[in-house]
Amino acid sequence: MTSYVREILTGFYSLLAGMGVTIRYFVKPIVTVQYPREKLQMSPAYRGHTEFVLDPETKTHRCIACELCARTCPSQLIHLEGVKVGKKKLPSKYVIEYHLCSLCGLCVEVCPTQALQFSKEYRLAGYSRQDAVIDVFARMQAQQRRLGWPVTPIPEPQPEAEGEAEAKPKAAKAKAAAKKAEQPPEAEAAPAAPETPAAPAEEEKET
Amino acid sequence: MATAAHSVSVFGMIAGLIGVMALVAVNALFLIWMERKVSAHMQLRPGPMEVGWHGAIQTIADALKLLGKELITPRDVDKPVYLAAPIVIFLPVLVSFLVIPFSQNLIIRDMHVGVLLILSFAALTVLAILMAGWASNNKYAVFGAIRSVAQNVAYEIPLLITLMSVILMVGSFRLTDIVAAQNRIWFVFVQPVAFILYIICATAETNRAPFDLPEAESELVAGFHTEYSGMRFALFFLAEYTNMFIVAALATIFFLGGWRGPFLPGLVWFLIKVYAIIFLIMWFRWTFPRVRFDQLITLSWKILIPLALANLIVTAFVLKLV
Amino acid sequence: MLERGLEEKFYVLNLGPQHPSTHGVLRVELQMEGEFIVKADPDIGYGHRGHEHMAENRSYLQFLPNLGRVDYLHALAYNQCYCMAVEKLLELKVPERAEFIRVITCELNRIASHLLWIGAYLLDLGAFTPFLYCFDDRENILDLLDRVTGSRLTYCYYRFGGVPRDVDDDFLAGCKAFARRLRSRYRDYENLVNKNVIFLERTKGIGIISQEQCVKYGLTGPMVRGSGIPYDLRKCEPYSAYPLFDFDIPVGSTGDIYDRYMVRYREMEQSLRIIEQAVDKIPAGPIMAEKVPKRIKPAPGEVYTAVEAARGEFGIYLVSQGDTTPYRLKLRVPSFGNLSILPEIAVDTLVADLVAILGSIDVVVPEIDR
Repeated sequence: MTSYVREILTGFYSLLAGMGVTIRYFVKPIVTVQYPREKLQMSPAYRGHTEFVLDPETKTHRCIACELCARTCPSQLIHLEGVKVGKKKLPSKYVIEYHLCSLCGLCVEVCPTQALQFSKEYRLAGYSRQDAVIDVFARMQAQQRRLGWPVTPIPEPQPEAEGEAEAKPKAAKAKAAAKKAEQPPEAEAAPAAPETPAAPAEEEKET
Repeated sequence: MATAAHSVSVFGMIAGLIGVMALVAVNALFLIWMERKVSAHMQLRPGPMEVGWHGAIQTIADALKLLGKELITPRDVDKPVYLAAPIVIFLPVLVSFLVIPFSQNLIIRDMHVGVLLILSFAALTVLAILMAGWASNNKYAVFGAIRSVAQNVAYEIPLLITLMSVILMVGSFRLTDIVAAQNRIWFVFVQPVAFILYIICATAETNRAPFDLPEAESELVAGFHTEYSGMRFALFFLAEYTNMFIVAALATIFFLGGWRGPFLPGLVWFLIKVYAIIFLIMWFRWTFPRVRFDQLITLSWKILIPLALANLIVTAFVLKLV
Repeated sequence: MLERGLEEKFYVLNLGPQHPSTHGVLRVELQMEGEFIVKADPDIGYGHRGHEHMAENRSYLQFLPNLGRVDYLHALAYNQCYCMAVEKLLELKVPERAEFIRVITCELNRIASHLLWIGAYLLDLGAFTPFLYCFDDRENILDLLDRVTGSRLTYCYYRFGGVPRDVDDDFLAGCKAFARRLRSRYRDYENLVNKNVIFLERTKGIGIISQEQCVKYGLTGPMVRGSGIPYDLRKCEPYSAYPLFDFDIPVGSTGDIYDRYMVRYREMEQSLRIIEQAVDKIPAGPIMAEKVPKRIKPAPGEVYTAVEAARGEFGIYLVSQGDTTPYRLKLRVPSFGNLSILPEIAVDTLVADLVAILGSIDVVVPEIDR
């Protein structure tokens, strides 16, 4: 009998203790943020989509269109085209299909010139997949315009420049060849397999 | 609308009915908003904030949305029963309002069996839930319905017995008499055990957490109203909140002195007390986990009923001796 | 059911794949007699994505982000296990500071996982409010991890040979502040949950797993510790920097749901202890190994590494044939083994108990399907 009564009383007390907790929190200030009205500061390491780093000295990007990022990307979502301008190679197109991105950050780490950084953009909701395709080059141009810097044009391939390059020492060419020889295993391994998953997305992009 | 109930007019009845309908709708809208706000603040968030002042008309927007939704009738339902259930659950709720005294004079029909009327009609809610669950032809819904029947039968007994100990003290089933008998002291101070028991049983009778087994969402998806959509679902929802109002009103009348209170008019005091009780019931919901079905029945038969009986016997003895 | 149910003794109830308490797309086919379960048969595979096969089709580095998607709740442990496997193949030595950073972030992630489990589990039991309190605490961890890893859920932070981003003093101070904050919340959790009579009634004596059953089914993690076996890879087969820290392994006694709950609850405190010690002792130095090859091409060989994830032992068996892609990668996921006990302990319980038991296993369904 006493254990029966004690059980009821301790049980009842435990319930009251629980209610004490909730009522205490009831009068505490709220911890949430009313999103569209208030916004949180993204953390310094926040990984949005990638964008070009604007070099304050040259007032343009640092990309050399080496395509390392495109080859490292696990989802093969970076579409990068480069043209030869003089002795340098420059990107003429840098588009990422952000809806395929798994936010690993490998592209930024692998870049030999640190040309890429993460943007702090997080409002990326869209009505179609097309809205998630980000033209990084155009984004950089917009940024330059905002800053009042000279806008980097999309480079045209300059064939006459190649003629000039003829006179260059053959060492550069040999170097390029050596680089090429070194690449095949990875170049083969990487694009060969994920070709299939990437293909439909590319089709979709074009439509 | 007079305390001299025998001379109630047809006009009075109609006016009362319209008043009740309006009250039911406004009450449900307010309670849903209140529930959202109470739960939100207990969980450290603000709740609805966008539609109206602090989301005050959010529930109206939701009601409009529900009105505009398609009424889906699944293929293999028992159609007449399926369609009747939301209406059946709503009718007893309306009848109960007939006898509730909102203030000294604001009562539609002051019957001398008022308590019995409310309790007997409240028992009909079970029927509606059983109808809904069975007719839905869904295993989860049947579970909900079966649980609901067992639960309501088990909890009506201690509910009646606790109320009986108050009725013993007053000697009348008339609700106005019960309020009148509390002119010196509220019965909550005379019968604290009965009050606690009543609140527990009332929570179970209205299928509210921690006794919300018929609609236990983590077990039975949505219980008996799994297959209902749109306005039919809204009717179940409306009935739940109106039921809450009724049990809270009964608690106010039996234990908290009804409309009595200083300065403010009777109706205001009545509503303040009713919503205080409802806040208590909401507070339970947002604090406790759900009990298991067998534990629910055990609680009723092994703890609540013996305690209620003991309380009744003690009351009877004391009344005899004094 | 209306036509046939009356003469049949048993009937089948489909719990899932769309059900509020199967936590993802798990289907449990229940054979029922009334509300009692005669037979429970978990049906898995709805979320199969073929992670193991994907590993065979991409380079070692490219498989990294996949690990965060196997078990999204304790992603860093999975990151760590894979990095450890590849490091073992490459014979890389991870610098000490990187190991410390790994331990701190991994333990923070473990606490986040346990907090989420406690909240979600109480949601299964019908209590809504603790869920939000747990999320409030978890939010602090996510903010901390966001500062170093850059993401809040599917982390991809560790690299072969170390970590790519160093932690700052703010982060270390934040870890300490979080430890203080979580400790101050213990009293509320205890009053609200641990001592609550309804919670105790729902969890004590339900879903008992004996020590023999643990061994028989290959259970790991809090499941096996709840039954009283102090099996924790951080102690049994120490890896990373764990041997440097002083911590206990909480164990239960009866092996019921309550014990498993308490094991997880008390593990949070132990993780806090590890974090505090690591924050105090973190050495200065590099965060990446010196000689990480640009192209990961390990010598032929095979390797098995295992870590203690929030749900149990997570192991990776990796075979290299000297190529740039793994020849075979096998994931040993804890939830798969843990779920296999369900048919045995679910018999003769009520549906409500099944939900409680299923929750106590702490399955992450994408991890089982992987």
